[in-house]
Amino acid sequence: MSMDMGSLYSDIILEHNQNLENKHELDHCTVSEHGHNPSCGDDLTLQADIENGIIKDAAYTGHGCAISQASADIMVDLMKGKSVKEALRLIDLFLSMIKREVTDDDKLEELEDAIALKNISNMPARVKCAVLAWHTLKEALERENNK
Amino acid sequence: MVMINVRKDFPILTKMHNGHQIVYFDNAATTQKPYQVIHAIVDFLENHNGNPHRGAHILSIEATEAYDAAKKAVARFINAKSPDEIIFVRNTTEALNLVARSYGEANLHAGDKIVIPISEHHSDLVPWQRVAAKTGAKLVYMYLDDTGHFTDEDLAKIDEHTKIVAFAAVSNVLGMKRPIEKIIQKAHSVGAIAVLDGAQSAPHMKSDVQKWDCDFYAFSGHKMLASAGTGVLYGKMELLKSMEPFLSGGDMIEYVQEQSTTFAEVPYKFEAGTENVEGAVALHAAIDYLEDIGFDAIEAHEYELTKRCLEGMKKLPYIHILGSTDPEEKVGVISFTIDGVHPHDAATILDSYGIAVRSGHHCAQPLGHHLHVEASNRASFYIYNTVEEVDYFLSMLPKVRKQMGLNA
Repeated sequence: MSMDMGSLYSDIILEHNQNLENKHELDHCTVSEHGHNPSCGDDLTLQADIENGIIKDAAYTGHGCAISQASADIMVDLMKGKSVKEALRLIDLFLSMIKREVTDDDKLEELEDAIALKNISNMPARVKCAVLAWHTLKEALERENNK
Repeated sequence: MVMINVRKDFPILTKMHNGHQIVYFDNAATTQKPYQVIHAIVDFLENHNGNPHRGAHILSIEATEAYDAAKKAVARFINAKSPDEIIFVRNTTEALNLVARSYGEANLHAGDKIVIPISEHHSDLVPWQRVAAKTGAKLVYMYLDDTGHFTDEDLAKIDEHTKIVAFAAVSNVLGMKRPIEKIIQKAHSVGAIAVLDGAQSAPHMKSDVQKWDCDFYAFSGHKMLASAGTGVLYGKMELLKSMEPFLSGGDMIEYVQEQSTTFAEVPYKFEAGTENVEGAVALHAAIDYLEDIGFDAIEAHEYELTKRCLEGMKKLPYIHILGSTDPEEKVGVISFTIDGVHPHDAATILDSYGIAVRSGHHCAQPLGHHLHVEASNRASFYIYNTVEEVDYFLSMLPKVRKQMGLNA
């Protein structure tokens, strides 16, 4: 594992880590899911307000490292206004990027700022930080889909 | 200043990472292994490997001899009365589970108390939770003040209802030495047994189970230069004799009939299945190695590193040390937080400079809740670490802040 810290803790990641706009409880939500990395203590709760299959609003609360917080913030930005189906597809695309199954930047473009987390795949110890929010939302949305 | 010059014995310490020589400060998690230990394992496997206690052939006999010699070395190492008081298990966790199951579950009842410090790691906490849930006993915590010390009020929780007092001789998070004999005397004064977790003491200070008068003592070989999968449970013979086996199967039996079995003597009663003989050989070699250096030298060396590191960290206003900041009270384990930097990010950035520190809750979540610190970093030293490494580590702490866009 060799990695330049500047490309991991890039401005985009540091900005999203410090951005608190998506870090709060929703006044009204239809789904809420708790995600936890027991080995490191990262802990977050994701909320979404879904109406007619569209994610009208989403937010998260909790605590964790810069990677987990930035990842959650980026994801919430990306998901607002998307349909549940579309959101699930983007989550899978993100997880495929982390697993290096999809590496083509053109295909990853629709992940927007989340592409900044691409390099985390070089750091096995930190992958779980990056994917926590996405796995948590996936679980919530799949339950919503099965209703 | 006592400096131990053993680095040449540890091949892994020359490893490079990201263009830097590895600085290994995660010794509280596991230590590196010297050639003496590595070669002992290889020699056993190349020349003596057999299944101990089970054969009449030369290799089984040599394996038995190697295994028994390791027990003698461990008995000497912790000053047990007899090698028969030594049970080999996989690790501290398994040793404590053995006590919890075979002693705790059999002897505790509703209304009894188990008293442990809030600083215990999960290995010495979760098994007692389970004993409490199963027997109706109550698990009671001794809390700590801001500097990591027990208060007299908390020690008073050890009362006539208490049947078990379990505690770590050294906290794996705070690195602080506990008043071992004082707590054990208190436990015995109310008729309780004392279970001592030595995971973080056995590598760093002289263990003396007779002087301490502990009833059980558990530790892991891999934290003191031996290979993983080598754990030790010491128990007073009378207690061990009174206990039922933990696991059952091969080699722990006397006679087996279709419907019933009588068990072998202590310690074999507690060592079901084929033993980890190369692990025992590794532990033996590690003990010889540590005894050659001597614990006076080990303690003095680690004290120098800890003192220097604490002094350097205290100069950085954004660093917070958990528990006592007095090096006299520590054994080379320093947990800390950095303002504005999550411990995982700090560990990743330090790793990019070749420095290995732990991040997370260090398997002691209730302590984190008590201190309102969900996660921290931990730098822990051992005999092969140097002043130069400590200075390098200290010089990188401002860079961690800078990397995260904060003022150093």
